[in-house]
Amino acid sequence: MDNGTVRLILEDDVLTAVLSGEIDHHTAQGMREEIDFTVNRSKPRKLILSFEHVGFMDSAGIGLIIGRYKLMESLGGELVVSHLSPKMEQIVSLSGVGRLAKIEKGETNHEANE
Amino acid sequence: MKPMNEMSLSFLSCSANESFARATVAAFAAQLDPTVGEISDIKTAVSEAVTNCIIHAYRDVIGVIYISVKIFENGKITIRIRDKGCGIEDVEKAKEPLYSTGGEERAGLGFMVMESFMDRMKVTSKVGKGTVVVLQKQIERRQAKSANG
Ligand SMILES: Nc1ncnc2c1ncn2[C@@H]1O[C@H](COP(=O)(O)OP(=O)(O)OP(=O)(O)O)[C@@H](O)[C@H]1O
Ligand SMILES: [Mg+2]
Repeated sequence: MDNGTVRLILEDDVLTAVLSGEIDHHTAQGMREEIDFTVNRSKPRKLILSFEHVGFMDSAGIGLIIGRYKLMESLGGELVVSHLSPKMEQIVSLSGVGRLAKIEKGETNHEANE
Repeated sequence: MKPMNEMSLSFLSCSANESFARATVAAFAAQLDPTVGEISDIKTAVSEAVTNCIIHAYRDVIGVIYISVKIFENGKITIRIRDKGCGIEDVEKAKEPLYSTGGEERAGLGFMVMESFMDRMKVTSKVGKGTVVVLQKQIERRQAKSANG
């Protein structure tokens, strides 16, 4: 629960990274390495970062998004961020990251809070 | 005003302590019966301040991070996070959004997040001596609370 983990699902040329647990500077490092390893190997057209199972995130989460945006851009691909909770959206809107990545609303989890 | 309770803790600047620090402060703050949102604000702000001590103040060394917390009858909470690290040359500049000396994966958002998630933030620093961040938040008092609730 406490540690941030990533589950990676590759379907056609879309890679979905389902993040879970808590994202801080400590846990983001391992998540980043896992995602980048698979992105560099499979060169997907689209990378989706799903925050549906993330219980906590600080500015390290923004660093994670910006870094993956740059990686996907260098590969000519696209980054999508999905299922942000209202608190995460607050941090994301402070950062202006919405101008880089496509932010998708989650259809399931955080609906009740909108 | 005298605090109704206070605590302090110190720990090494290992990154594994980021979650320890925010969870511990949040557990103490729970005495003020905050909402889930208020607890989340406190956790996020503490996480930012502690992470800054680990990656900036004690960049290439392991040092000690000191936290003290006071809670007051009226619902106010004051959190002080201190390091004896490298210090900040220009605090006003460091507080600017997106300013970072931390390389690739740093957004430069930490101080901005602390400022917007708490009611007040005060940063004092001395190069070579260290940095103190004081965070303050007013927790809304709710009606239904009883003396032993
Ligand atoms: N405790 C500290 N000791 C020394 N320097 C600090 C400390 N806290 C912050 N700084 C300096 O202030 C800058 C801004 O800090 P801030 O937390 O806003 O952004 P960041 O840590 O660089 O990135 P992010 O928090 O988004 O990961 C840092 O890059 C660093 O130069
Ligand atoms: Mg920071």
